[in-house]
Amino acid sequence: MARSVTQQRKAINTAVAWAVGLLIFFPILWTILTSFKTEAQAINDPPLFLFFDWTLENYAVVQERSDYMRFLWNSIIIAGGSTILGIIIAVPAAWSMAFVPSKRTKDILLWMLSTKMLPAVGVLYPIYLVFIRLGLLDTRIGLVVVLMLINLPIIIWMLYTYFKEIPGEILEAARMDGATLKEEILYVLTPMAVPGIASTLLLNIILAWNEAFWTLNLTAAKAAPLTAFIASYSSPEGLFYAKLSAASTMAIAPILILGWFSQKQLVRGLTFGAVK
Amino acid sequence: MATQHSRSAARIMMAPAVILLLGWMLVPLTMTVLFSFKKYLPLRGGDLGWVGFDNYVRFVSSSAFWPSVQVTLVIVGGVLAITVALGVLLALLLDQPMWGQGIVRILVIAPFFVMPTVSALVWKNMFMDPVNGLFAHLWKFFGAEPVSWLSEASIQSIIMIVSWQWLPFATLILLTAIQSLDSEQLEASEMDGASPLARFGYIILPHLGRAITVVVLIQTIFLLSIFAEIYVTTQGAFGTRTLTFLIFQRVLESQNVGLGSAGGVYAIILANIVAAFLMRIVGKNLDS
Amino acid sequence: MGRITLDKVTKRFGTAEVIPPLDLTIEDGEFTVFVGPSGCGKSTLLRLIAGLEDVSSGQIRIDGEDATMTPPAKRGLAMVFQSYALYPHMSVRKNIAFPMKMAKMPQEEQDRRIASAAKALNLTDYLERRPGQLSGGQRQRVAIGRAIVREPSAFLFDEPLSNLDAALRVGMRLEISELHKRLQTTMVYVTHDQVEAMTMADKIVVLRAGYVEQVGSPLDLYHAPQNIFVAGFIGSPKMNFIEGAEAAKYNAHTIGVRPEHIAISDSEGPWSGVVGVSEHLGSDTFFHIHNTGLAETITVRADGEVGFRHGDRVHLSPRTDVIHRFDAEGLRINA
Repeated sequence: MARSVTQQRKAINTAVAWAVGLLIFFPILWTILTSFKTEAQAINDPPLFLFFDWTLENYAVVQERSDYMRFLWNSIIIAGGSTILGIIIAVPAAWSMAFVPSKRTKDILLWMLSTKMLPAVGVLYPIYLVFIRLGLLDTRIGLVVVLMLINLPIIIWMLYTYFKEIPGEILEAARMDGATLKEEILYVLTPMAVPGIASTLLLNIILAWNEAFWTLNLTAAKAAPLTAFIASYSSPEGLFYAKLSAASTMAIAPILILGWFSQKQLVRGLTFGAVK
Repeated sequence: MATQHSRSAARIMMAPAVILLLGWMLVPLTMTVLFSFKKYLPLRGGDLGWVGFDNYVRFVSSSAFWPSVQVTLVIVGGVLAITVALGVLLALLLDQPMWGQGIVRILVIAPFFVMPTVSALVWKNMFMDPVNGLFAHLWKFFGAEPVSWLSEASIQSIIMIVSWQWLPFATLILLTAIQSLDSEQLEASEMDGASPLARFGYIILPHLGRAITVVVLIQTIFLLSIFAEIYVTTQGAFGTRTLTFLIFQRVLESQNVGLGSAGGVYAIILANIVAAFLMRIVGKNLDS
Repeated sequence: MGRITLDKVTKRFGTAEVIPPLDLTIEDGEFTVFVGPSGCGKSTLLRLIAGLEDVSSGQIRIDGEDATMTPPAKRGLAMVFQSYALYPHMSVRKNIAFPMKMAKMPQEEQDRRIASAAKALNLTDYLERRPGQLSGGQRQRVAIGRAIVREPSAFLFDEPLSNLDAALRVGMRLEISELHKRLQTTMVYVTHDQVEAMTMADKIVVLRAGYVEQVGSPLDLYHAPQNIFVAGFIGSPKMNFIEGAEAAKYNAHTIGVRPEHIAISDSEGPWSGVVGVSEHLGSDTFFHIHNTGLAETITVRADGEVGFRHGDRVHLSPRTDVIHRFDAEGLRINA
């Protein structure tokens, strides 16, 4: 174990770390603060930090003008739907690879991951075309499917690494105890993997929520999620800083909170277990 | 290590995922490759027949191609350099004993959860705007002339925005790696008389080697295809047109699908080179 | 009932043959131990019987019925795993109830069996706890409890004691033996520990590289090992093996003498040597004798009171009536 560190040393560490941390966090903090200002206060010279008239007006205006709730609802459906659909498809696949490994398992896993490396722009038009043919353009179901496919390799990989940590003997015990395959997965594997499944769920909701290539290119109005909602503020309307801030805060708040909860799992998920 | 019965069950349970991903990979890929050999202008006549390697030649010889490759590499290289260097420092800092470690970590990680469109907009308007941006205020405060960041120092600005988004990722992974370093190793080197600098150079940095490689490879894959940051800030103007954005413009804006597809094939080849390296590292990890 | 017959059973993993054709019968009610060094195929054999692995060829019969293709759950066997394999998210009660729940047994019957198993295994006070809150020995009992409530035709144990510390291991060994005496059900037990095999078994099956080296009662194996491998594996400390001229005197390629069959003295005996390390166990002392000209070391088991020291020259007298003789192939030469 490390030796005890002098209080002075610890105080210096603390001061430096907090300063750096706040600096990195500042853009987010500033956005949140600005969202509570009036438009005039938002562009005040010199900038106002805490001493201004706090107001919720911007939030009301944003909701009224851009119909925030509709975008939010689309984001929730698309991020949640694609993740849940992905997990339903991934659990059996991950079970197979973790507990009935064959010589090809490793190759299949790596191949799945490599599909994630396919640059989206390289296949944009074909997908666009397929979407038009199938009438999926600007539909939530279309985006759910695309984002599910994009994240499926990560979901499978994460579940695979979690499942690998569950001793195979326990599943064999269940088999000896008379459980069918379905019962084995439902009553034994899934309850034991709840923490892993939960963090897979969280991480993939975050990834899907922030995905900004397909969501921008495959939607117009009906199915547009928050990424598109915010992108619409890049026009001259963006000069309304307070409203832009309110809209931004509303777009990132849900996921920021989710992300803080799942930070530990993030490392494993995003490095595919290559860093422990 | 299983029975015939469970092996065949495994195959059935893997089928949906494998088939979906196979379709997701093969169908668009085949179409892209097919289109790349055609003159294909959806709004001006549609499919105008085979043209061999014309599109590939045209894409490479267009005046926009090499600059776009250069911009792509500069952005990727710049962001990698900044995030890895600052990431190591930040990880070392966060590994020290302090009060409120958990909260500091949450603050540092936060940018990663901000959607790219939001972070690009916030930086563009509230920080880099030459009139009302916070930087402009800061510059004026010190008596300097405010800079119009996104037009005068466009690439640097985009590197800065993207680095801010990816620094948390690098830090988090490097921190995890540092924490996995056996403290007895450090104590042993201290007993052997190594100075703090020597300990960093001979013990910590080599230990981080693998984590740094992983950070570099994963970020490269994501950075090669950054899109929203440019879409929202400069729309590819002021010399910020990356390869991804160039292809996007060819396909969706000028509706030249053949040409864009050829570009897409180039992008796929580029990404695959990086992916091959990453897969080797991940693959090794699977064996252990 | 629980008579298990293996008929020319083989197992290959890819091209590697783990179990060559093997015939074996485990009688109803018998306590059979598979023993051998690690990698000898003993666990694989148990898993073949359990149905957790397919046989590559051959037939497994349980009570005369072909069970070769029967899935594990339908074989009527219960298994206790090395890691106990308890379900960590279920209470002890639910763990024990799981096989009965899978069999859709009526609730009252389940409760009755849980209560009686818990009483027999001293688990009554722990029924509502999770496995994570139990000690190693208690977990072991839960695993056994989960096995006995099914009233299986045979129990399979896969190195069940190897995760326990030495003191607990002795206690659990006795408990399992008592359980067998009480239930009179067939038990098949895998271990690499020859002491466990000797103390518990009615019948020991010694395995090496998938081959059955010898089958017999513990004392059969001790008194009449069929080859050098079994002779060296059974008994502690290990049997001494001597080759060359000394062995030729007995018309053998190799002779084996157990440490407990050699007398040690400072004055007389046909063999002599110098004391190296002596291990004092209190009741006994093991002397390792060098420079005998017979073998690298000769181990001798003597009474705890015998007090030779490092470097002392001593004389050894083997009991010639219990010397084991082996031919050049390592097979026993019977008198």
